Amino acid sequence: MSILRISMLVGLAILIALPVVVPPYFLHLLIQILLWAFIYTAWALMGRFGFVSFGHGAFMGVGAYVPALLWSYYDVTPWLGIPVGIALSILLAVIIGYPCFRLKVVGHYFALVTLALSQVVLLSLVAARDITGGSLGFTQKAVGHSWYALQFPDKAYFYGISVVLWLIGLYVWQRIDHGINREALEAISEDEDAAAAIGINVLREKLRVTMISAALTALGGAIYGQYIMYLNPETVSGIAVSLQIVFAVIAGGVYSLLGPTVGSLLTLSLTEGLRVWFGINFIGAANTIYGILLILCIIFMPQGIVGALQGIRFRRPQAKTAPAE
Amino acid sequence: MDPYLIEAIINGILLGGVLALLALGLNLIFGVVDVVWIAYADIVMCGMYVIFFLYTEYGVPLPLACLIAIASMAAFGVVVHLLIIAPVLDSAPINQLLATGGLLFFLQSFATLLFGTDFRNIGVRLPILEIATLYISFSRLIAFVVGLIGAVALYLFLKRTYIGTAIRAVAQDREIVGLMGVDQRRIYLVTSAIGGALAGLAACLLALQYDVHPYIGNTFGPVIFMICVLGGLGNMIGGFIASFIISQIIAIGGYYSNTELSYVFAFTFFIVLMFVRPRGIFAR
Repeated sequence: MSILRISMLVGLAILIALPVVVPPYFLHLLIQILLWAFIYTAWALMGRFGFVSFGHGAFMGVGAYVPALLWSYYDVTPWLGIPVGIALSILLAVIIGYPCFRLKVVGHYFALVTLALSQVVLLSLVAARDITGGSLGFTQKAVGHSWYALQFPDKAYFYGISVVLWLIGLYVWQRIDHGINREALEAISEDEDAAAAIGINVLREKLRVTMISAALTALGGAIYGQYIMYLNPETVSGIAVSLQIVFAVIAGGVYSLLGPTVGSLLTLSLTEGLRVWFGINFIGAANTIYGILLILCIIFMPQGIVGALQGIRFRRPQAKTAPAE
Repeated sequence: MDPYLIEAIINGILLGGVLALLALGLNLIFGVVDVVWIAYADIVMCGMYVIFFLYTEYGVPLPLACLIAIASMAAFGVVVHLLIIAPVLDSAPINQLLATGGLLFFLQSFATLLFGTDFRNIGVRLPILEIATLYISFSRLIAFVVGLIGAVALYLFLKRTYIGTAIRAVAQDREIVGLMGVDQRRIYLVTSAIGGALAGLAACLLALQYDVHPYIGNTFGPVIFMICVLGGLGNMIGGFIASFIISQIIAIGGYYSNTELSYVFAFTFFIVLMFVRPRGIFAR
């Protein structure tokens, strides 16, 4: 336990010290990895219980666009805009989640309803092109270094923010993992009717985890928007983003704390690596490899990379302790 | 009545024919193999590229190019089944969905890698029919008629032939069918081939109307799932009727606002209907 704690502290110290040593390009990469890791972790909160949502592009889109539009058109500070975006995302999650869970829309059907939701948000953003710039995207009004506008040309600030966000994501994951609700949620994912029969409030449990997941995704989208300063409907919402989220988490491992982070690290390094390696002649090379990896992961390693590694590590002590019973 | 509105309604009906064809293919695969091919519209995209390159680059006559596209997509359907679907047949449904999601990623990016993101058109301009004050695109009319013929042909195939009967039997009860001496694996392969061929046929019809680009699947894919779910997954007649409902919403919505918003209406209609009738419009 103490070794684990020390290694965690050392890891954290290294993470905090990184911006001093690392060149800006790698810092930019690290920020993206941490922000996406946060969003992926938020998705995994639902995904690990078998509630596979293809609608997280919708939550991310709302979270990113609301503060950006409020700031650029009405000078509303993101400190206010981000909570508004999160609130709207939660509202959206309830509007979709409540009837879905009430009417037992599960599995395929839930995935496809949420897919429709993310298309609705994507197409609405494109359709409102007078305000959002449509498919051409939207650039936020820049004011230089400002806490009020949450804009920092110096990447170190956003690095700090994304480390904090990432840790929050891991904390929430851990809380749900160790809480009593986890048992309830696992029971629900096994058999809803049986779970209801032993007194679990299925609707409330599912809605709660969905709301938390949507809120965190929106927060991640908002900070991503503040950092990148340029929003495009295709890059923050819609079916492509939703699938990207699902893929990275499945590849990393949906059942483990660090699975989504590993997924983010892997996918972003792969994209960047291939981009630097091949240059722009090979647009699509990274995603081609993603696609193949995703199929292979599903067929051979449904637990993801971290899950598969943990399986190897945990198998040995279990074999030793089992006969003692 | 405003002639433009009538035109929109007619175009909606014509669009419905192609959507119905696609929904049939997807529904057939779902009903029989019990897997949702998220990447179905991207197989159509592949078919469109086959037609484009055969016709414009290699000078193959268009009807022959279409036949080759249909045949090669049928073969592709079999390959997809063998490589991706067969290994996950016994996994959780959601894993199957994700595996075909991987295929979607792969096909779109691989097409980008090979052909770039350019919009390409086969450059066939069919005449526009003028009836009274209405203008109707001939290519859409062809698509509608061929789509309907395809649907009827599939219906007859399923009803009248031995293998069609076997396919329907598998859809009804996959366990018992094995006892009756039907080889399920062969049925799966035949079904995937028919599904692929229908995607190839749809590709021929769409190539006349639309430019092909790697992401064209995203335009049709979500709409087709919506139609299948609305009609009840696996329910072919339901899917057929739902195609025309959705295409009317898109067409009339487009008349009153713009294209994107008309799709927003269609998706919203879908979400609301899922809450009213979670197992499709025609569920008992």
